[in-house]
Amino acid sequence: MKLYCLSGHPTLPCNVLKFKSTTIMLDCGLDMTSTLNFLPLPLVQSPRLSNLPGWSLKDGSVFLDKELKECSGHVFVDSVPEFCLPETELIDLSTVDVILISNYHCMMALPYITEHTGFTGTVYATEPTVQIGRLLMEELVNFIERVPKAQSASLWKNKDVQRLLPSPLKDAVEVTTWRRCYTMQEVNSALSKIQLVGYSQKIELFGAVQVTPLSSGYALGSSNWIIQSHYEKVSYVSGSSLLTTHPQPMDQASLKNSDVLLLTGLTQIPTANPDGMVGEFCSNLALTVRNGGNVLVPCYPSGVIYDLLECLYQYIDSAGLSSIPFYFISPVANSSLEFSQIFAEWLCHNKQSKVYLPEPPFPHAELIQTNKLKHYPSIHGDFSNDFRQPCVVFTGHPSLRCGDVVHFMELWGKSSLNTVIFTEPDFSYLEALAPYQPLAMKCVYCPIDTRLNFIQVSKLLKEVQPLHVVCPEQYTQPPPAQSHRMDLMIDCQPPAMSYRRAEVLALPFKRRYEKIEIMPEPPPRPTQPTSSKKRKRVSEDVPDCKVLKPLLSGSIPVEQFVQTLEKHGFSDIKVEDTAKGHIVLLQEAETLIQLEEDSTHIICDNDETLRVRLRDLVLKFLQKF
Amino acid sequence: MSPHRVFPLPVWAGQDVGRSCILVSIAGKNVMLDCGMHMGYNDDRRFPDFSYITQSGRLTDFLDCVIISHFHLDHCGALPYFSEMVGYDGPIYMTHPTQAICPILLEDYRKIAVDKKGEANFFTSQMIKDCMKKVVAVHLHQTVQVDDELEIKAYYAGHVLGAAMFQIKVGSESVVYTGDYNMTPDRHLGAAWIDKCRPNLLITESTYATTIRDSKRCRERDFLKKVHETVERGGKVLIPVFALGRAQELCILLETFWERMNLKVPIYFSTGLTEKANHYYKLFITWTNQKIRKTFVQRNMFEFKHIKAFDRAFADNPGPMVVFATPGMLHAGQSLQIFRKWAGNEKNMVIMPGYCVQGTVGHKILSGQRKLEMEGRQVLEVKMQVEYMSFSAHADAKGIMQLVGQAEPESVLLVHGEAKKMEFLRQKIEQEFRVSCYMPANGETVTLPTSPSIPVGISLGLLKREMAQGLLPEAKKPRLLHGTLIMKDSSFRLVSSEQALKELGLTEHQLRFTCRVHLQDTRKEQETALRVYSHLKNTLKDHCVQHLPDGSVTVESILIQAAAHSEDPGTKVLLVSWTYQDEELGSFLTALLKNGLPQAPS
Repeated sequence: MKLYCLSGHPTLPCNVLKFKSTTIMLDCGLDMTSTLNFLPLPLVQSPRLSNLPGWSLKDGSVFLDKELKECSGHVFVDSVPEFCLPETELIDLSTVDVILISNYHCMMALPYITEHTGFTGTVYATEPTVQIGRLLMEELVNFIERVPKAQSASLWKNKDVQRLLPSPLKDAVEVTTWRRCYTMQEVNSALSKIQLVGYSQKIELFGAVQVTPLSSGYALGSSNWIIQSHYEKVSYVSGSSLLTTHPQPMDQASLKNSDVLLLTGLTQIPTANPDGMVGEFCSNLALTVRNGGNVLVPCYPSGVIYDLLECLYQYIDSAGLSSIPFYFISPVANSSLEFSQIFAEWLCHNKQSKVYLPEPPFPHAELIQTNKLKHYPSIHGDFSNDFRQPCVVFTGHPSLRCGDVVHFMELWGKSSLNTVIFTEPDFSYLEALAPYQPLAMKCVYCPIDTRLNFIQVSKLLKEVQPLHVVCPEQYTQPPPAQSHRMDLMIDCQPPAMSYRRAEVLALPFKRRYEKIEIMPEPPPRPTQPTSSKKRKRVSEDVPDCKVLKPLLSGSIPVEQFVQTLEKHGFSDIKVEDTAKGHIVLLQEAETLIQLEEDSTHIICDNDETLRVRLRDLVLKFLQKF
Repeated sequence: MSPHRVFPLPVWAGQDVGRSCILVSIAGKNVMLDCGMHMGYNDDRRFPDFSYITQSGRLTDFLDCVIISHFHLDHCGALPYFSEMVGYDGPIYMTHPTQAICPILLEDYRKIAVDKKGEANFFTSQMIKDCMKKVVAVHLHQTVQVDDELEIKAYYAGHVLGAAMFQIKVGSESVVYTGDYNMTPDRHLGAAWIDKCRPNLLITESTYATTIRDSKRCRERDFLKKVHETVERGGKVLIPVFALGRAQELCILLETFWERMNLKVPIYFSTGLTEKANHYYKLFITWTNQKIRKTFVQRNMFEFKHIKAFDRAFADNPGPMVVFATPGMLHAGQSLQIFRKWAGNEKNMVIMPGYCVQGTVGHKILSGQRKLEMEGRQVLEVKMQVEYMSFSAHADAKGIMQLVGQAEPESVLLVHGEAKKMEFLRQKIEQEFRVSCYMPANGETVTLPTSPSIPVGISLGLLKREMAQGLLPEAKKPRLLHGTLIMKDSSFRLVSSEQALKELGLTEHQLRFTCRVHLQDTRKEQETALRVYSHLKNTLKDHCVQHLPDGSVTVESILIQAAAHSEDPGTKVLLVSWTYQDEELGSFLTALLKNGLPQAPS
């Protein structure tokens, strides 16, 4: 059993497991941090961003100044943003039989895999994962296609050029695998290859392997996967959460008794407590608005935003914010809000019972009804008429490189009354802000990552007791910035096996059993086909020594054995003691039987009848196996 | 282990569309499928006779679980009676929408039975609540482990919101129960689907056993035509419905028709439960058909443009209109009030889209009565047109055959239908699929033999040894192999004999035979041995024959040594020695050598 590690990003994994002649891809996360190296895509013509000076090498050669621009003291690539794909050369991806998706954040590379590698298999995911995943892709495609940029930069990627560039461009990895965003057509084609599954559904793959998604508690429809044969079990734990937010709680019990547990998708901010962060989020928001400022929340169109809206729903009246408009701007805002209300079966118990009343499970329905929350597909159109300040705007993209958020950064960045609050943990907020510096607006970092932290992981591992743990290398040492925090790593026995991008791991697996079915009665012996071929007669009669006879066990008490012999008509029996046992002599038959603890030896003339009789008497004392 | 196990099947849903309640015993597990009430009776016959299940002892001890296929009362109506009045505390499984809607319909029915008709010995509101607390909701396709051995799995059945078919599985034995289903997508629901799960038994409803669907589309056209004609000539149309199920389908039907024909005649829906009911459909939209699910963000099919809330005063408005009003049997409430107002005008029409219980106004007018005695000795003359139109979504004969083809069962059992029609279908199934097909009467038990296969784990060592012999296992063909079966903690493992001895801490007892074969040969022992070697080498082409440096000859693991005869120098003694495991070859060799050696070429 082998594990091909195609992604080095611990929360956006992409691994391929070869197990019992099936090839299973586990997630295909897309590392979008690469976009931080690109200039933002402004929705409205920005004089600042369109008149940036080109950057040239120290030796004065200017061939890069079309591709690289200097902005706020940093160098950015001026082209369509590109994403870092999983490794596509390590294994022939056309041989992948199935792809298992664990949550909507971990499927963003799907179109690259299914559309451009010769992939012909099936993708399995839950319904909410597919629907919300589609929204995320749709939004991304829309953000990028809305601002057409003819230029595609590639000169800077040349190895000899790249090492001469300033950080962080110099240190960007795998730049040759970076690709432009896919199209909606590719997204639709990729999603059409998905087969919907439900939690605890057992899916047979070629009769060899069974895969089962389990609730992972992290997002709507998010799952962990069990991959098992009748005697081996691999658990794949991706983004999971033990906090009570909106999704169904995590199913931990089913992870028990795994031979291997592949652990990915832990919290990216292990030192931040999500509840505390939500509190800070609310108070910062209230403070800014009360002082007449606007609040910008760069976010994804689904996920934590539902929880934030729910908190605000409970908070705004008591904080005296009921007159403040909340805007949610995304091409998929409406769909996201609508979809969240129809997945009752995938929600936590509290929300489920609301549906039975019947009431919408999320209170943002009421926020919309009372006009406190308004949603728009973009800043153009209706929004410009309705727009009132001060206000709170939720919009994407959290990288601040594309989407409507770029406009608000440009619009509000110059006033210290305003605040941008970062809640998504996927991007470093300082790097995200780099092209907007210097900023007058306040920046608050409240990353809300509900995924497992190291304390929860160690508790989980104690609970489910896997034989081996496999995880990205980042989890086997403390984070680089906090190298003294030995508690911020996985601690288990035996030590976790770690992987990094482009590595192939042989998993420590001992397959010992295989399932067969036995019939209550033996089948009729196969009759030898009467062949017409000429053969020597003797060899036709030679018995097939491949028919195995049972092994024997037990020992033969000499006295009882002699009695038995006598009972069966043998007379003239003499018994001699030897060092290890006895010798029974049948003088008349010139036969000698050596009896020892673990062996019996019958020495006789070539008299088959006699031999068989003696054999049967000996066998009476022994057990067959 | 006996080669056959059986599961008896007392079936209550036999040849009658009244109510469904089936008991299945499969590999020692007892499962009750549906718990319906008969809408046609007002006495004890209304509920199934649960004493049938077990004469003594509690139901909870006897039944491993109860499964409800959908929210229609003929499938779940007796549930509170069963769990709270007879007494059952085990798990009750149903889908999420069924769990949401079922208590509402039960409460509705309870109100009619107790509050309106004053029936005693009926379950209370509290009992419905207590009963629902025992419910465990299941997802589609989720494998629910009821206990270590019994598992159930739900499949989409169409029919009504949340309707499901269930697979019940114990080890390698399984039963599929369809409940009610339809194989063609309708206005708001998708078609039933099941994978090729090859159950031992498929229990299918057979309401429309002989109908080959002329039907649904025609009935819809018919319905629209009648409604349209009536409003065209200025008449009013009353459609008494229950709040959930058919009502939504008819609303979608009229809504799309109005949209297409650009009609302006108002359609009303009596208030109260309606909005709530539509809300259920909105929240459980993932259970509806593909088209509705795909477009719900742009346009939720259950938010009707043309259908408005009804106000009591509207009934006296002049001009045409269409009104959906509850309840569906015209026995009380708004639908009856409107009926009384409109009954006298022959331009108006009442369309009954479902079944009516005896004694209700609905039943009376459907059976042709035109003079109704109302309270206060008032006689109401019915001049309006009365139409009956069945819209229930059941599979027709073609659909049933299709499902049998999908699931590939070993045998089929027909329930929930009329005997004559079922007989026709039975023959068809037996002919086409060559499987046995049963149609038990109410209370009759069907027993099916099954041939169990016994799954065991074979050690890879043993399996590889088998493979090494060059015989790859042929798919689905039995073959013989030797090993030791170890049964421990209800698991079966097949291992090699060596491993079995080792695991059990036993040592092997070696049984060895040595036979003396006398040969006439004056030459030296070494030469005799050499002659034996070349003879055997020539004879046994397929075996490994070796001549060892010490002068002995081996054939596989059988050792042959030549020795001088103690008395006769003209005779040599061959000592042939083998273990019990090589007995056949050993005994063959002694017989072969006894025949003497061929003359050496001189």
